[in-house]
Amino acid sequence: MEAFAGLFGIDPFDLWFFFEVLIGGLMSGVMYALVALGFVLIFKASSVFNFSQGVMVLFAALNFVGFIELGLPIWASFILTMGVMILLAFVVERVVLRPLVNQPHISLFMATIGIAIFLEGFGELIWGSNIKPLEVGIPDDVVFMGDAMIQQADLFAAAVASVLVLVLALFFHYTRIGRALRAVADDHQAALSVGIPLNTIWVIVWSVAGFVALVAGIMWGSKLGVQFSLAILALKALPVLILGGFTSIPGAIIGGLIIGAGEKLAEVYVGQMLGGAIEEWFAYIVALAFLVFRPQGLFGEKIIERV
Amino acid sequence: MSATAVDPTESAPAPDAGAEILLSVNNVEVVYDHVILVLKGVSLSVPKGKIVALLGANGAGKTTTLKSISTLLKAERGEVTKGTIELAGEQVQDLTANDLVKRGCVQVMEGRHCFEHLTIEENLLTGAYTRGAAADVKQDLEMVYAYFPRLKERRKSQAGYTSGGEQQMCAIGRALMAKPKIILLDEPSMGLAPQLVEQIFEIVKKLNQEEGVTILLAEQNTNVALRYADYGYILESGRVVMDGDADALLSNEDVKEFYLGLSTEGRKNFRQVKHYKRRKRWL
Repeated sequence: MEAFAGLFGIDPFDLWFFFEVLIGGLMSGVMYALVALGFVLIFKASSVFNFSQGVMVLFAALNFVGFIELGLPIWASFILTMGVMILLAFVVERVVLRPLVNQPHISLFMATIGIAIFLEGFGELIWGSNIKPLEVGIPDDVVFMGDAMIQQADLFAAAVASVLVLVLALFFHYTRIGRALRAVADDHQAALSVGIPLNTIWVIVWSVAGFVALVAGIMWGSKLGVQFSLAILALKALPVLILGGFTSIPGAIIGGLIIGAGEKLAEVYVGQMLGGAIEEWFAYIVALAFLVFRPQGLFGEKIIERV
Repeated sequence: MSATAVDPTESAPAPDAGAEILLSVNNVEVVYDHVILVLKGVSLSVPKGKIVALLGANGAGKTTTLKSISTLLKAERGEVTKGTIELAGEQVQDLTANDLVKRGCVQVMEGRHCFEHLTIEENLLTGAYTRGAAADVKQDLEMVYAYFPRLKERRKSQAGYTSGGEQQMCAIGRALMAKPKIILLDEPSMGLAPQLVEQIFEIVKKLNQEEGVTILLAEQNTNVALRYADYGYILESGRVVMDGDADALLSNEDVKEFYLGLSTEGRKNFRQVKHYKRRKRWL
């Protein structure tokens, strides 16, 4: 027993410690989920895999922190940034999506890579490339649950994510626009035939994705500071999506939690045996396994088949 | 009016000179992908409050005609290159689908195309999208349920799990929710049992008579279509080759021969049919 503990450098049977790692992991999973959510929204409504979602998170955070640095109050910065994201949605629809409608999906995917590169450069041009601390009054104490130490900021992020998901779920199920969005996701042609204007729907869905990106950006930004590596970190959303399914909002959340918790636990309990730094690539290995055995993900759209 | 072969370059023949024409298609030519000529000058007119059938074999251009009217062609790389389409006297070929639905022209697509993951009721409500938050949407929902009691029973089911007949009803009901003046109904009989086909046509006829909805119907099932329609056009390779009152078409020898499978001369073998068809070519 002693030797075993020595090997790991930690006591593998300390339940509170396990708990602490698990909760820490789940909370960072929430952050991944926030980014993945934006991917899912756009993918559902337009079958476009929006590679730029990660950069949108960065771009939103840059604008937000930039407005704050200009001396605007937090609420005004939030509204102004939301305005910028909506404007972005209009521009993307007009300049990218509309000319490429009816083109193969791969063209649209390539176009979103273009958007990603552009946004990154544009953001840097306007706001500079320094790391900016973001302070919006999210509590940063720790609380103890038993012997496990939990960051208050993480709890706050979890609460925000839950509210966001709830709001989105209500929006999708009980409003006219939400219904139309789901209709478009199901069948473009039929949606056109009942008079749902696809262009408008795209603007709306990119705006909603922009909103989600803003929330994610604020959360990430206040944790790590607003910096350009956020865009890369946000790519962790890819394995989350593969795990949860590209078309499922609950999938994005649960996929995020599994990836977040999985990589932290793997780092702590397995990583030592492999020399550490397993956290960086663990998620991608899980995603690879899923691609082999369950390519639609845990909650991917069930293909309805009538027998 | 007796059935006559028409020259397709003439303007739309009038099925009933007295009635007000709701929709007219004038010498429309449709090209897919910039090269494939599918409609070679189709003209037809639909009087208000009538059921007009568009008949023909596979690939004759029925669906393309409907889609050229509903502007859904644009989503399939099709293009109206010639001719005009008028709805209630106004040219509509350059409008978007959204505008067209607002003006009261809705297409029910071939193969139903319900929103699979939405419930039946959500499907119907989505049909009222263009009406915004109009207060009488609920009332119309009840109206649709009155015509299709089966839908009311299945209202909470996901459309993807309902039967073909229910999906067809759902698609028609969804179109009705837009309060249309005219419904473009594409192949409602597809994949349905004959009894169900009759039932759906009964309801369509009832809608036409009680709600005054004009219907342009594309159908391969010539027999059923002509029994319920007032007037019919027959399409062949992208042209209107014949038109006339439904009764006249039903009793027309050529129609009987080629579309109803009835013949006065007994069975012919394949070689004779080919020869005969060539001789009888309308164009």
